[in-house]
Amino acid sequence: MDLQAAAFYVLASVSVLAALGVISVRNPVHSVLALILTFFSSAGLFVLMGAEFLAMLLVVVYVGAVAVLFLFVVMMLDVDFAQFRQGFARYLPIGGVVAVILLVEMVLVSFAVARSGAAAANALPLASGVAGVTNAEAIGRVLYTDYVYFFQAAGIVLLIAMIGAIVLTLHHRPYVRRQSVSRQVGRTPATGLEVVQIKSGEGLSE
Amino acid sequence: MTIGLAHYLAVAAILFTIGVFGIFVNRKNVIVILMSIEMILLAVNINLVAFSVFLHQVTGQIFAMFVLTVAAAEAAVGLAILVTFFRNRGDIAVDDASMMKG
Repeated sequence: MDLQAAAFYVLASVSVLAALGVISVRNPVHSVLALILTFFSSAGLFVLMGAEFLAMLLVVVYVGAVAVLFLFVVMMLDVDFAQFRQGFARYLPIGGVVAVILLVEMVLVSFAVARSGAAAANALPLASGVAGVTNAEAIGRVLYTDYVYFFQAAGIVLLIAMIGAIVLTLHHRPYVRRQSVSRQVGRTPATGLEVVQIKSGEGLSE
Repeated sequence: MTIGLAHYLAVAAILFTIGVFGIFVNRKNVIVILMSIEMILLAVNINLVAFSVFLHQVTGQIFAMFVLTVAAAEAAVGLAILVTFFRNRGDIAVDDASMMKG
């Protein structure tokens, strides 16, 4: 067994075991950590295939942003997660049946496609660095020419998601007294000062 | 033995199945459901990249990048909805999330 096959089996088994951990552990923080491990070993699989750019993107975007976002939300929500385990055994049989059927179908299709599909003639993956073009350069050459409008659309999708997340979670508390610099600066003696004539012997009621 | 396209497709199929299975068995816990959706999208990405490198065409990796973008946006908005729901209800049980049901 050569080194590539050994690396594939290690990465694939770690990825699958971590994915099983995501859905089966009790503590959701451990679940998020298992998700990070899944993404990390999948990034290793991407490197093994020769898609280094997407592997680094997966590490940066998923491990660095999405998984940490999950971690923040899980840690900040004060929820008793034990109550969510109740339906676990109830939905296990039907879920298992559906999962086995789905897996058998997809593996059969995968082997059929790999044996006689369009890619069957190419036994070896596209090695990075052939003809002096690295993976990132190859992606950039196509992404910024043929797919430039899709690239812009992806940016708009991210912008709208960012605005949506901010609008959803922005929370104005009425009792918080904020500093208003413009009101402070725009204050004049006429609005900021009041001279009250007090009659002697009566005092100030307010 | 050499590692071919079928191996990567099998790993992607297993990850996809685990994601679907996770949605089935954890259908009360919306955070695990969101993580299962992320795993399903990861399996789709593995499929796209595997076909891309074995067909010697870089287009699949471009598409995987767009899937990644949409997945990140979906996670951000989903978690924002979750935080808002928790703030309104004090709980994240998806069973009684029927406030908008006319």
